[in-house]
Amino acid sequence: MLHTVNKSPTERNALESCLKYLKKGSAVLLIEDGVYGALKGTATTKMVEQALKSFPIYALYPDIEARGMQDRVIDGIKLVDYSGFVDLVAKHPNVQAWL
Amino acid sequence: MTEATGGIDREEDTSGKVKKFLYVNRKAPYGTIYALESLEVVLITAAFDQDVSVAFLDDGVYQVVKGQHTKGIDVKNFSPTYRALEGYDIEKLYVEKESMETRGLKESDFIVPVKVIGAQEMADIMQSQDVIMSF
Repeated sequence: MLHTVNKSPTERNALESCLKYLKKGSAVLLIEDGVYGALKGTATTKMVEQALKSFPIYALYPDIEARGMQDRVIDGIKLVDYSGFVDLVAKHPNVQAWL
Repeated sequence: MTEATGGIDREEDTSGKVKKFLYVNRKAPYGTIYALESLEVVLITAAFDQDVSVAFLDDGVYQVVKGQHTKGIDVKNFSPTYRALEGYDIEKLYVEKESMETRGLKESDFIVPVKVIGAQEMADIMQSQDVIMSF
């Protein structure tokens, strides 16, 4: 299952909730303001790094770049473009959006 | 009968009372329209020669981060506009320290000179305003 998160982790708890519901085969894709969850040195970095040990986490690069965060992404988070986004959706049987 | 004039026939107030306006920005840019709308209103207020301060706290600190490139999301990059505020005599830009630090940011990460202050000092600034607009 692919989980998408499009809200900042310091604006609401969408990311935190999402991470609690991951199961084997789950992947997380951070988009829009959700990409702030992909950053090093923040209040939520540890939580994300912990999840990264068990699950792949992706972030949409155009959203990272728009926000000037290109040099701050946690190592191990995979950056995708829009076609990568489509590939992720296609390869997972279903998608849950955390708003 | 003054019905339906809506006050528009009254003489314009030319006394030019300057009020203190504070714009409180708490949202990240691009995910919502708040940041851009705030900036627009700040510029409008400046055109009326008011005493304008702009505060960035919580996710609002992300608005003034350097290095924004929005071509990939096909949205206007409005961050350079913060640098134009100086030309409208808007030089009181405040960033709340804890908001900055918990996001791994430092003063040199901002696109424009800002004053980094603690929440207490920010509260004092808020307290001293005539009008506070929240975004």
